Amino acid sequence: MLRLEARPAPSQRMALLSPLIAIAVTALLAAVLFAALGKDPVRGLAVFFFEPLNGLRATSEVLLKATPLIVIALGLAVCYRANVWNIGAEGQYLLGAVAGGGMALWLTANGIVLPKVLSLTLVLLCGVLGGMFWASIVALLRDRFNASEILVSLMLVYVAQQVVNYLVFGPWKDPGGFNFPQTRTFDASTWLPPLIERTRLHIGFLLALLAAGLTWLFMFRSYRGFALQVGGLAPAAARYAGFSSRGALWLALGVSGGMAGLAGAMEAAGPLRQLTPHISTGLGFTAIIVVFVGRLHPLGIVAAGVLLSMMLIGGELAQSRLGLPNALSSVFQGLLLVVLLASDTLIHYRVRGARKVVAG
Amino acid sequence: MPELMNPHRRQLSLAGLSALAATTLLLVGCGKKEVPAAPAAATAPASAPAAKPEPLKAAWVYVGPVGDAGWTYAHDQGRKAVEAEFGDKIKTTFVEKVPEGADAERVIRDLAAQGNKIIFATSFGFMEPMLKVAAEFPDVKFEHATGYKTAPNMRVYDARFYHDAYVSGILAGGMTKTNTIGFVGSFPIPEVLRNINAFTLGAQSVNPKVKTKVVWINTWFDPPKEGDAAQSLINGGADVLLQNTDSTAVLQAAEKNGKFAFGWDSDMSAIAPKAHLASNMVYWGPYYKKAVKEVMDGTWKGDTRTIWGKPEGANDVIKINEAVPEAIRKKAEEAAAAIKAGTRDPFDGPIVDSTGKERLAKDAKPDQAFKDKVDFYVKGVEGKIPAGK
Amino acid sequence: MNEFALLIAATLLAGTPLALAGLGLLINERAGVLNLGAEGMMLVAAVAGFAVALSTGSDLLAFAAGAAAGALLAAVFGLLVIWLNTNQYATGLALSLFGYGFSAFVGVGVVGKKLADRTAFEVPGLAQLPWLGDALFKQHPMVYATMAIAVGMAAFFYKSRTGLVLRAVGESPESAHALGYPVRRVRFLAVLAGGALCGVAGAFLSVVYAPLWVEGLTAGRGWIALALTTFATWRPIRLLLGAYLFGGVTMLQFQLQGMGVEVPSQWLAMLPYIATIVVLALISRNAAFIRINMPASLGKPFHPSH
Repeated sequence: MLRLEARPAPSQRMALLSPLIAIAVTALLAAVLFAALGKDPVRGLAVFFFEPLNGLRATSEVLLKATPLIVIALGLAVCYRANVWNIGAEGQYLLGAVAGGGMALWLTANGIVLPKVLSLTLVLLCGVLGGMFWASIVALLRDRFNASEILVSLMLVYVAQQVVNYLVFGPWKDPGGFNFPQTRTFDASTWLPPLIERTRLHIGFLLALLAAGLTWLFMFRSYRGFALQVGGLAPAAARYAGFSSRGALWLALGVSGGMAGLAGAMEAAGPLRQLTPHISTGLGFTAIIVVFVGRLHPLGIVAAGVLLSMMLIGGELAQSRLGLPNALSSVFQGLLLVVLLASDTLIHYRVRGARKVVAG
Repeated sequence: MPELMNPHRRQLSLAGLSALAATTLLLVGCGKKEVPAAPAAATAPASAPAAKPEPLKAAWVYVGPVGDAGWTYAHDQGRKAVEAEFGDKIKTTFVEKVPEGADAERVIRDLAAQGNKIIFATSFGFMEPMLKVAAEFPDVKFEHATGYKTAPNMRVYDARFYHDAYVSGILAGGMTKTNTIGFVGSFPIPEVLRNINAFTLGAQSVNPKVKTKVVWINTWFDPPKEGDAAQSLINGGADVLLQNTDSTAVLQAAEKNGKFAFGWDSDMSAIAPKAHLASNMVYWGPYYKKAVKEVMDGTWKGDTRTIWGKPEGANDVIKINEAVPEAIRKKAEEAAAAIKAGTRDPFDGPIVDSTGKERLAKDAKPDQAFKDKVDFYVKGVEGKIPAGK
Repeated sequence: MNEFALLIAATLLAGTPLALAGLGLLINERAGVLNLGAEGMMLVAAVAGFAVALSTGSDLLAFAAGAAAGALLAAVFGLLVIWLNTNQYATGLALSLFGYGFSAFVGVGVVGKKLADRTAFEVPGLAQLPWLGDALFKQHPMVYATMAIAVGMAAFFYKSRTGLVLRAVGESPESAHALGYPVRRVRFLAVLAGGALCGVAGAFLSVVYAPLWVEGLTAGRGWIALALTTFATWRPIRLLLGAYLFGGVTMLQFQLQGMGVEVPSQWLAMLPYIATIVVLALISRNAAFIRINMPASLGKPFHPSH
């Protein structure tokens, strides 16, 4: 019989190994699942983990999909470290797309063609503000009414989806679009420039890496970031030290809302170049997994963002190459997180053989 | 999250290591050459007889699950018809549940890169992504359902669901006792508006007093919501329902309440034998077979828009319930035959919209442009189009 | 007038799965465990219940299967959260995700299948009452069972010793532990019971409400059930009423559309969620009130120190 024994101090080694163990175990379980479905397990794993990176085009797609995941997750990491549980990043992402897209539409409709640097800055800035606005509703309700940020942020996701629907079916519908629900295509001056020619990868990826660096600086080298984390770890100590928990709440939600909004604007101005009812693909929720697999650390988040992007694309490929159902990808994501959480216990506990407990 | 915090210096190096590991993976992957997709089927023996021609690869992109018994199911039936027709001269693939938007482009591009020579995308939201990919693969043929943008190697196809909706309307108008019929709508796009209007016009042609109530659920497929919407229409007095959504929930709600409804996109007669008045069918098979044949014969031409309806066998109303009185059934069959022959169109004038404005004069014939621009309710439909003008 | 009666009937039906899931989460939370995995448990139970109903034709067996599936998933959650002390929020989210994918995956075989016709249920005698009969007495037995469960749970919490122990564990696990109560076992049992109830809710959706299986059937009801526990300040009867309120608002949006109300349907679709936020804000605004009612150890891991 095995027993768990608390370690005197958390194991640094396990903190690094744990995600790798989790990935390995998930891969193993995946292989078993493939075999049970009558598919070649090696080929199955190859499709999920290697095919997505096969060649420049494919890799660019992985990085393209990872970009919004990383940006949203960075914001969430700041939030969760402050113990503010923003589950509604999806909604803030949508509002960011609406705000940024709205600005792009306004420029397009009025024929205003600015130098790209200027127009992009405007669009992305609007995205950030849009996301921050949506998150500030959550902050307000928690600040003034004590309402749980988990529930409010989640409910606002559904509301955000309807806002998008309303705009795209109504006031923002493309007049030349045969009454179909989509906006005009944005003017070329508002498109994010490509990073690699002939791929869809745009400079947003660089922005994401930059954001990771800035987040690292904020979290580990700035006073505010430090105060935020202390507030999350030990609220009483933070209060004693004079760190305002109210300030922390607004800062945490502002940052995570702004980042999610930025990601939304980048998607609208990047691959989509218009607004449709389909800008919402659950990225805001997948980003939550990225945060945890990335151990709430900016570098880890970049790695985890790429990993999860691979898994998502792998799931698509598994359909067309192996005939496997689309749901498999969510199964693996959920499995990865569950296994990760389980293997995380090894950071705090050692596995030991049972000892006889002597009475007394 | 206390238990995940570590002194940051150590954590930096640890996280850095994991980032390094991931980057290595990335670089390794970058350099890999493509592994052949399937274990090589045949390394032809040196003395092979005249080699069998490679089967044509065709792919379908679906927005929903093939098991939805509705829109996607109907397309997949079409794909299966192609397989049955061409046997080993064709190899088909499909990808289901592809979200409309940025992801679709990747899926379509991957299918093209995989050697598919003709790709069908079965939802409006795939239009822009497909257009972009078509520009990069000039010798692959792209077919887009329900859209309007074309290219030399991309064309558009559609069906005339409103042919069915009109005939169903006749049945509804004849069977309703409350003179109120209901429609569960997904999104207020032109196609759905055409169906609502055709349904109403058909009903009014046998029963001028009929009124139509519409409930929008803002999704194509959500069975509990569809059921709720149906229930609220029934609560509001509607006793015959039509839907533009993809599940059997509306029909089941009707059965539960002792009212009538129709099957949509597939034969739903077995689901609710008492409530089922008829099923509105769409048959994509004939068009798919034609398109594939054209690719094989080299006669495929892009930049066109093909819309098939009753005359071409793409739409039909089937399995009319035995309980329908003979007189009504005859009227429905007459109308269907007239539409099939091309002598009647559901939108023949006069058409007056719900604000009283005349949209088409008496005896006028509607052209395609008129039907494309249907953004109004006809007289007799209650309410306003959401976010409409 | 009859329309209103039918609306009430529809409200009772719509509120039932919310109430069942909410009551399940309530047990969890009273013991101090926050289970964000309700959605996942409901989905897996829905597919399990549907499959069983398909092959046996029995509602009862379907509910049992649903309860078992929910409890099984909850057991995994409980093991992780209670014995391995993993973060409750993250584990619950992981469970939701896994449940979504797993149910979709396993359910591929039963999509589009139809259950056998069911008889219309009526409370004999009372169903014939004018208006009231339509409004209240033509429901599936589970609707009435749910009301009974809510009442029973209230009695359990406030009138029974076991209920007291459970509440004590939720308020202060350290004190309960010091008094010799098996805190972890109590929490685990609470998690199992809660999972079973969420499972019944899921099975009810797929076997009675819809009735069919399709991926993502629950459409966010698990999350709404979570909101209900706070709404109801952790009291079973209030939760039941909150569930009906929510179900009613959901039905109302369609009712309003059908009546020709000229508000765009997208705004009406926001109603249930905005209503949730508003009520949540109103209920929570008195922080002291919440603190008094909320199980004090909710969401916090318990480390028995030896």
